[in-house]
Amino acid sequence: MTAPATADPVPAQTPGPGPDGSSPLRRKLLVLLVAVLLLAGVGIGAVRYAADRADRRDQEQAGGPPVHEGTLSLDAAGGRRLLVRNLAWGPHRDEIAAVPADAPDGPRTASGVTCLRFHAAAGTGICLQAEHGALDDTYHASVLDASLHEVRRFPAPGIPTRARVSPSGHLVGWTVFVSGDSYAGTDFSTRTAIVDTRSWQFYDNLENFRLVEDGHPVQAADVNVWGVTFADDNAFYATVATGGRTHLVRGDLAARTLTTLHQNVECPSLSPDGTRIAYKKRVDGADPAAPWRLYVLDLATMTETATAEQRNIDDQALWADDRTLLYSMPGDYGSDLWTVPADGTGTPAVLLRSAVAPAYLG
Amino acid sequence: MYLADARSTKSDRAADAAPDPRPGRRAAAVPGTVLALGAVSLVTDVSSEMVSAVLPLYVVSALGLSPLGFGLLDGINNGVGALVRLLGGHLADRGGRGHKLVAGLGYGLSALCKPLLLLVHTLPLISGVLAVDRTGKGLRTAPRDAMISLATAPEHRGRAFGVHRAMDTTGALIGPLLAFAVLRVADDRAERSGYGAVFTVSGCVAVLGVLLLVLFVPGRITRAGLPAADPAAPGPTLRDALALLRRPALRRLTLAAVLLGLTTVSDSFLYLLLQRELDLPAHLFPLLPLGTAAVFLLLAVPLGLVADRIGRRTLFLLGHAVLLGGYAVVLSPLHGVPAAATVLLLHGTFYAATDGVLAAATAATVPDGQQGAGQALVGTGQALARFACSLAFGAAWSLWGPRPALAVTAAALAAAALAATLLLRPATPAATR
Repeated sequence: MTAPATADPVPAQTPGPGPDGSSPLRRKLLVLLVAVLLLAGVGIGAVRYAADRADRRDQEQAGGPPVHEGTLSLDAAGGRRLLVRNLAWGPHRDEIAAVPADAPDGPRTASGVTCLRFHAAAGTGICLQAEHGALDDTYHASVLDASLHEVRRFPAPGIPTRARVSPSGHLVGWTVFVSGDSYAGTDFSTRTAIVDTRSWQFYDNLENFRLVEDGHPVQAADVNVWGVTFADDNAFYATVATGGRTHLVRGDLAARTLTTLHQNVECPSLSPDGTRIAYKKRVDGADPAAPWRLYVLDLATMTETATAEQRNIDDQALWADDRTLLYSMPGDYGSDLWTVPADGTGTPAVLLRSAVAPAYLG
Repeated sequence: MYLADARSTKSDRAADAAPDPRPGRRAAAVPGTVLALGAVSLVTDVSSEMVSAVLPLYVVSALGLSPLGFGLLDGINNGVGALVRLLGGHLADRGGRGHKLVAGLGYGLSALCKPLLLLVHTLPLISGVLAVDRTGKGLRTAPRDAMISLATAPEHRGRAFGVHRAMDTTGALIGPLLAFAVLRVADDRAERSGYGAVFTVSGCVAVLGVLLLVLFVPGRITRAGLPAADPAAPGPTLRDALALLRRPALRRLTLAAVLLGLTTVSDSFLYLLLQRELDLPAHLFPLLPLGTAAVFLLLAVPLGLVADRIGRRTLFLLGHAVLLGGYAVVLSPLHGVPAAATVLLLHGTFYAATDGVLAAATAATVPDGQQGAGQALVGTGQALARFACSLAFGAAWSLWGPRPALAVTAAALAAAALAATLLLRPATPAATR
């Protein structure tokens, strides 16, 4: 507070009182007030518009599939059925719902359990959920028993994107997106975790596994792992990205290693017979906004086969059986599920509207 | 703390923004112009951090896109950002109202980008809009710091920059809170319209920031005790801007900032190291930047005052010693949450002791007419050096692993700090006058 006194007055550039006697400051504050009111009006209008639209989504959509509340089981018994996150508008939106595998257009049975991402096998479910806190969203992975009750919950550090259960139901894995911290940050990264539901051992970040490329250990700061698919209760496949390239890796849980097998593979999905991987391939010459196509890799010969789906794909495909792939495409209500033969023949067809995150049971 | 400052000087603010001609009036502790610029930065940071906070969620949940491999543009952005910053600083020095004009363009450009986000739905386009937003930031940074320098008596610049940085960081902390509040009210369920509301509100907040600049930041910055610059005087040419480097004090400061920047690990890498080397649970990762920001916010003003007392160069060097301490904790056998909290405390202190302080130190080495170019030069040198450090650190991590890479960086930081101490020690009185 020892600022020097002004020695010489600042030359008069100071506006005096306005013609109406109000000071310039007063006028400025008035302008500010009017602007704040206007801007607040626009902001409140935008928020109310969005809220109205959100309310409409709780009303049942015309022509949408009928959805009833009911009980779901993740057991093998009860016939073959498809479980999805239901996106059809209405009170059961975002809930895990079941349809008979042979009548996917039929009525859906909603479970009351809400998940962003979901997968299930052999009586175990993995459900990635958001918690809307007062200050921000947080996420967790919830391991479900056969009656869809939470058995255990694990914290997840970002936005859920992929989830898988091993064929035995013993292992669950998931991937979330973590965003960077830089100004207008665009440096996204992933965190992939696996839990053994028998011992509850929690591998919270597969980036800490040893990465082996062409027989040599590799370390890099920019390693990202995503899209786990399980072979058995120890081996799994996933995508590892480093140095701007993606690799298919084979993971060994006990040895804590990831070994690269093939380049340019994202979101692998292992066929039920364990011989092929369906995946997203980044193709040359495609629109940079939509560069991925659905491919199948034969693990014995490492030959790649393009499927008949020509559009960009952004999903971890699911094998409906050893011949057919199931995947999501953008739809009128978020996303629809499509099928295409895995051998490159046929044409894509819609299986189920307004649904995402499928799993077959029974 | 700065809030109390702001409140106590509120009545002086108007008088300072439109200087009172009455003789004998004492200059306010923190000039009104600085508070006005602080308010502009606060509001603008609320706006931009609203977008940053929900953007990943928007891209993944509402657009259903995978954002990986999306950061590739960051390197190009850094380079362009540096050039734009130099340009902004130089242009701002030309003409009497240049600083306000160029800063206004920068804030305006970023404000325009918010409604644009409502219209683009693919990653390349979103990333293009973010690049323009960043260009706006590059453009406005140097003129803004120049205006803070010009408005403040030299002996109080540490405090003035501290107040500004504290207000700026406050905005960055409020932004995400406001964004999620909007999402709560509008729509929790990850739909496009909910994010549309966030982008619209963010745009409105950004416009408010520009308006605050237009209304309350004077076009010609004057400070108590000095006559206003002669408006008829010709603005500095590009040659004059380059000639700045012939000033030994500025050259030494730039060199010191570059040397230290070359050994300053980026925030992203530091947080990654905390998680990997200190065995921090993965779910705490999103909280790490908040820790740094909170400490920066709390210490920016007190350390600004310390800088005025003991000298900006000294504190700038001490700040890097604190950072070295942070590296040492990461390299030590300490583990877990307490160790990470200690590192964040040191990291936030480092920012509080160096960020605004470097700007204050720069202000003392350049003439008033070239504050914009001077601030741009030092700031750009530091930013490019840090970017080079990121590239080198990433390579060293791949080559040797994270621990050895940090150990080497720590050794280099110690050497750079010694060199910088020698560089900055002969503080010739002429240079600071």
